[in-house]
Amino acid sequence: MGPTYWWMLFGMALVTYIPRMIPLTVLDGRKLPPLVTGILSNIPFAVLGALIFPAVFYVQEGNFLFGLIGAVTAFLIAIFGFGLMTVVLGTIGVLAFYSLFM
Amino acid sequence: MERSEFNNGLRAGLSIAIGYFPVALTFGLLAKSTGLSLFEATAMSIFVFAGASQYISLSLVTAGVDPLLIVMNTFIVNIRHFLMTASLNEKMQPAPKPIKAAYAFGVTDETFSVIATSKQDKVSSAHAFGVITIAYGSWVIFTALGHVIGANLPLFLQAAMSIALYALFIALLVPSMKGNRKVILLASLAALLHCFFYYTELLSTGWAILASTLLSSIIIELLYAKYGLAPIPAVEKEES
Repeated sequence: MGPTYWWMLFGMALVTYIPRMIPLTVLDGRKLPPLVTGILSNIPFAVLGALIFPAVFYVQEGNFLFGLIGAVTAFLIAIFGFGLMTVVLGTIGVLAFYSLFM
Repeated sequence: MERSEFNNGLRAGLSIAIGYFPVALTFGLLAKSTGLSLFEATAMSIFVFAGASQYISLSLVTAGVDPLLIVMNTFIVNIRHFLMTASLNEKMQPAPKPIKAAYAFGVTDETFSVIATSKQDKVSSAHAFGVITIAYGSWVIFTALGHVIGANLPLFLQAAMSIALYALFIALLVPSMKGNRKVILLASLAALLHCFFYYTELLSTGWAILASTLLSSIIIELLYAKYGLAPIPAVEKEES
C-alpha cells in the first residue's frame, strides 16, 4: 500500500484518539453544574438504547427475523438475572441452532 | 488491591473479547482481500482500535477514495466517543492525567458500556485497564489471525456470532432497567430517535448515535428536573 497508507493510518489514529482523550483530561477535576452531571450520567443508558436499535435487526442482511430472535433471546436470558457471559454465549447458541436447522 | 481490580476488569471484559472475536477475524480477512499486508492490517487494529471506522476505511480504500476523506470520515464516525468519555469522567476515580490519557485510548462503545454500567459507584483506573486490555488484546490478535488463516468460521457460526456485541449491550442494559423508570425512558427514547434518524436517513450512523444519545439524555434530564420525582411514586403505587 505504501506511505500513503501509513499517513492515513496515522490520521485515523489521531482523530480517533482525540475525542476519547480530551474529555477525560480536560474535564478532570472540574466541578460541573448538577444539570450537566445529570445529563452525563444518563449517557450510558441512552447510548445502549441507540447502539442496540435499530442495528440489532440488521446483523444478518435481509433477515430481520434473525436479529429479532437474537434480541428477544438476549433480553429473556438477561431478565432472569444471568450474567454477561451467559447472555452472550446463550444467544449465540440459540442463533447457531436456528441457522443450522431452520 | 490494584491487582485484583485489574483482574476483575479482565473478567468484566471477557464478554467483549468474545464479541470482538468474529468481528476482528472478519476484519483481518477483509483487509487481506483489500490488499493490505499482515503488518498493515494489524497495525490498523493496534493504532486505531475502532471497529466500525476500520471496516468503513477498507471499503473506502477499495473504492479509491482520497485518504484525507477517509480520515475525516473516521473522525465523524468516532466523534460520539467524545460524549462517552465526558460521561466516563464522572464515573472514574480521580487519577493522574497521564493515566487517564492512557486508558482513554481504549474507550470503545463496548468498553465504555461495560465500565460505565459497572455496579461500583466509582470505577478505579486498574479496573478500566483490565476491561480494555482483554478487549484490545482480542481485537488485535484476532485481526492478525483472520489475515493469517485467511478463512472464516463456518457460515452458521459466523451468522450466530454476529449477534454477540448486541447481546452484550442488551445484557448490560437489562439489569439497570429493572425497577428504574429513568433508565427505561433513556434507552427507549434514544432507540426511537436513532430509528427515526436511521429510517429517514437524516443523519449518518456516527452522527445519528451521537444525536440520539445526547437528545435523549438531555430531554429526560430536563423532564426529571422540571417535574422532579413527583409523578413516579404516584404511578408506582398503582403497581404495588
